[in-house]
Amino acid sequence: MTDALLSPENAATIQLTRKDFVSDQEVRWCPGCGDYSILAQTQKAMPDFGYKKEDIVFISGIGCSGRLPYYMNTYGFHTIHGRAPTLATGLKAARPDLMVWVITGDGDALSIGGNHVIHSMRRNVDINLIMFNNRIYGLTKGQASPTSEFGKRTKSTPLGSVDTPIIPLTIALAAEASFVARSVDTHTEHLQETLERAGRHKGSSFVEVLQNCNIFNDGAWRDFTDREVREDRMLILEHGKPMIFGKDRDKGIRLSGLQPEIVTIGEGGISETDLLIHDEHAEEPHLALMLSRMFWPAFPVPVGVLRSVDRPTHDQLIDEQIAGAIAKLGAGDLDDVLNGGETWTVE
Amino acid sequence: MTATKDLEPDVQELERVTIRFAGDSGDGMQLTGTQFTRTAAVFGNDISTLPDFPAEIRAPAGSLPGVSGFQISFSSSTIHTPGDQPDVLVAMNPAALKTNVGDLPAGGALIVNKDAFTQQNLNKAAYTSNPLTDGSLKDFALFEVPISTLNERSLDGLDMTSKQKDLTKNFFALGLMFWLYERSMEPTIQWVNTKFGARPVVAEANKRALRAGYAFGETTEAFHTHYRVRPAKLEPGTYRNITGNEATALGFLTASRLADRELFYGSYPITPASEILHQLSGYKTFGVKTFQAEDEIAAIGAAIGASYGGALALTASSGPGIALKTEAMGLAVMVELPLVVVDVQRAGPSTGMPTKNEQADLLQVMFGRNSDSPLPVVAPATPGECFDLAIEACRLALKYMTPVVYLSDAFLATGSEPWRIPATADMPRIGVKNASDPTTFRPYERDPETLARPWAVPGTAGLEHRIGGLEKADVTGNVSYDPDNHHQMQLYRQAKVAGIARDIPPLEVFGPERGDLLILGWGSTFGAIRSAAELLAADGAAVAHAHMRHLNPFPANTEAVLRSYRRVLIPEVNLGQLLMLVRARYLIDAVGYDKVRGKPFRIGEIVDEARRLLAQDA
Repeated sequence: MTDALLSPENAATIQLTRKDFVSDQEVRWCPGCGDYSILAQTQKAMPDFGYKKEDIVFISGIGCSGRLPYYMNTYGFHTIHGRAPTLATGLKAARPDLMVWVITGDGDALSIGGNHVIHSMRRNVDINLIMFNNRIYGLTKGQASPTSEFGKRTKSTPLGSVDTPIIPLTIALAAEASFVARSVDTHTEHLQETLERAGRHKGSSFVEVLQNCNIFNDGAWRDFTDREVREDRMLILEHGKPMIFGKDRDKGIRLSGLQPEIVTIGEGGISETDLLIHDEHAEEPHLALMLSRMFWPAFPVPVGVLRSVDRPTHDQLIDEQIAGAIAKLGAGDLDDVLNGGETWTVE
Repeated sequence: MTATKDLEPDVQELERVTIRFAGDSGDGMQLTGTQFTRTAAVFGNDISTLPDFPAEIRAPAGSLPGVSGFQISFSSSTIHTPGDQPDVLVAMNPAALKTNVGDLPAGGALIVNKDAFTQQNLNKAAYTSNPLTDGSLKDFALFEVPISTLNERSLDGLDMTSKQKDLTKNFFALGLMFWLYERSMEPTIQWVNTKFGARPVVAEANKRALRAGYAFGETTEAFHTHYRVRPAKLEPGTYRNITGNEATALGFLTASRLADRELFYGSYPITPASEILHQLSGYKTFGVKTFQAEDEIAAIGAAIGASYGGALALTASSGPGIALKTEAMGLAVMVELPLVVVDVQRAGPSTGMPTKNEQADLLQVMFGRNSDSPLPVVAPATPGECFDLAIEACRLALKYMTPVVYLSDAFLATGSEPWRIPATADMPRIGVKNASDPTTFRPYERDPETLARPWAVPGTAGLEHRIGGLEKADVTGNVSYDPDNHHQMQLYRQAKVAGIARDIPPLEVFGPERGDLLILGWGSTFGAIRSAAELLAADGAAVAHAHMRHLNPFPANTEAVLRSYRRVLIPEVNLGQLLMLVRARYLIDAVGYDKVRGKPFRIGEIVDEARRLLAQDA
């Protein structure tokens, strides 16, 4: 049923626009926050899925990102810190007909809620989890987050953080997420496209959005996301295409032993055919894991879809077991169960 | 063991017998007890059972912590408890003797597996001399039976190792008990055939062991008499033996049918609640969806998600898990969604004694959340009543759009009694309506009677709205920090739960309507208190018993009932929790009687305490 809804024909019939997804609530993020762009791209992506707006639910945890459901004119549930994936899991199990989005942040998803992210991914719960990563706790005014750099000075780490940061995409891949992608708040077209792909994927989608917090961590990602440098410092992944980057499209990624290395096309006899070809659908996640660990300044930062594979979703498997049991044994009869086991009659 | 009359020289008729099987946790004592229970139940006795087992799955063999016990009381009249003291103790090894013999009254029958009283086993049980020979058991009717040897001999010729053969010795003991109490071996033989159908040698060994024990009783001269306990005169109907956890699961299944809602159960394994998950996961043909979550928080989170989607959603745990669910319970209070939270209480604090009984989570579930966060609390009193209260919890959750706590405990969960199977056709439906009209829908507009907000589930066109843990504006449900609004919403949440008092049965009194003493209880203390009240009444004391099934809110007539007696005694398996609520609420000088030994009350303890109070006033 979900497949049928996810068709462009349906989208044409339902005929919604971005405006239909804008709620009547005043948006209350700090002026200049990256969240505005993520909200806008999310609203833009919605009409194309072919879902009616009453069939879409946004569930969030706590943090600045947690406010997003209030601004979507769909069903929305602003839950408690770190637990949004658990509510989404239950909702999707009870209501496979709904399209469920989880909105979270680096602290919400990877600190207090880390366990739930891992388990929702390994179960392949059919949710789209969008994690806003600004490498800081914004709503509590500037403490280190699990993605903050080692040595980062914040209000809670005046002499620098002594914690090694988590790599979100590596976690998602290790947790068997069936769709893993990364985009950037300010790269609006790429972001919208990535959200659309996540929404269309059946199963757990994990999308890391690199987001700027202009109040507590301004310039979180500017070293490689700024317009002037991004072509040289980011690698846009495209399935089936060689990994090429750079303003002049002359840099590439080649495998040397088990390690990636940057090469220049045309130098030392290197040609496009020597480069790694991106494969989102690879059965084993080795390539995606390698990409997840490539980061500026050692490497260009990969964005796009690292992994997209098909496997049965949690709600499908639950429903199949129920259907299978009923096909084999017939629909349950309450009186039979109550009278089950050994009984005796008192006259 | 009260003799009523002598029949033939070798048969004595008894009204009630209490047997305790005790052995190593690897000796199969729970199975032995369960088989005796089934047989007594099918025979038509009233029964009550008390399994008592260690948390360790296999503590070192022969050690004191490894002792596992199962007590069953069966009777030809109505009984409420598994018996204060056993009439018969079956001890399979020295450790079992040592940990249990203290409960055996003088004159009680003591059957021991003589073969297990080796020096090594005596050492493990920290016996400095052999109790079988040192005279320390002289007050009991001691029967030394070489169970291991006789059992092994009966299995001669079977293709099994000595160790495998030894595993069946519990059935020898069971067979002996069957002979002693004139029970048929047939139900157990059928069970063995079904259970070990695929392993004929094991089936044969268990049947031989059972028959050998029975034959030993018949032929040996050690046992002069056997005993007859006639069927009880129970209310007419069809019965089955049921544990509290089984009844709880069946109650929830029935509630989902009565409410016509899909059942969703989110849970994380924990003793003694796991059995409910096992049971419900077997009801796939009813469309029941069970979810074994990664932790307690995810279990309740998923249940709230399913409830948001329109399901009848439940989660269950025991005290430590309830502690973890606390924040999410607060969310359910705030978003006003129906949810049942099961707490099968066990001895605490912290990990405590996981398999032992306590009813000490009452204040935790009442108040263990940030801010004022009221929710209804119900508690069954007997294993069979778990069925009714499970349905009641669902009814309240759905009607009042609120999380409800259902407080069971280890004694109820694993204990069993005969249960009259209800006719589902006679049960009232649980009417549930979802909001559907966009022109009138407002997320926090309350029903004037129940103060419940509408349940608007995703998928309903035109009702798109946002809820969450932030304070809501009255009626619209938009986020609000308005001071007066918050005050009003706190009052609404409190009034909604308090108003449920109009919708629950009054507190019933057993015994005189006025008098010297009311014994007030809740939960699994029911049997001991009721039996105590019966005994005291038989003595002519003006003593009554009232038992609360609704702990929040209290039944509307509670204060009137309490004020009808000169004294109020509240026995609890905690340090005075209902006592604190009652005293705070009514300013009544009730007194508590608290025992937290991991075990249920004995009837005698409550009788003594009541007499002590009555004597003070005299």
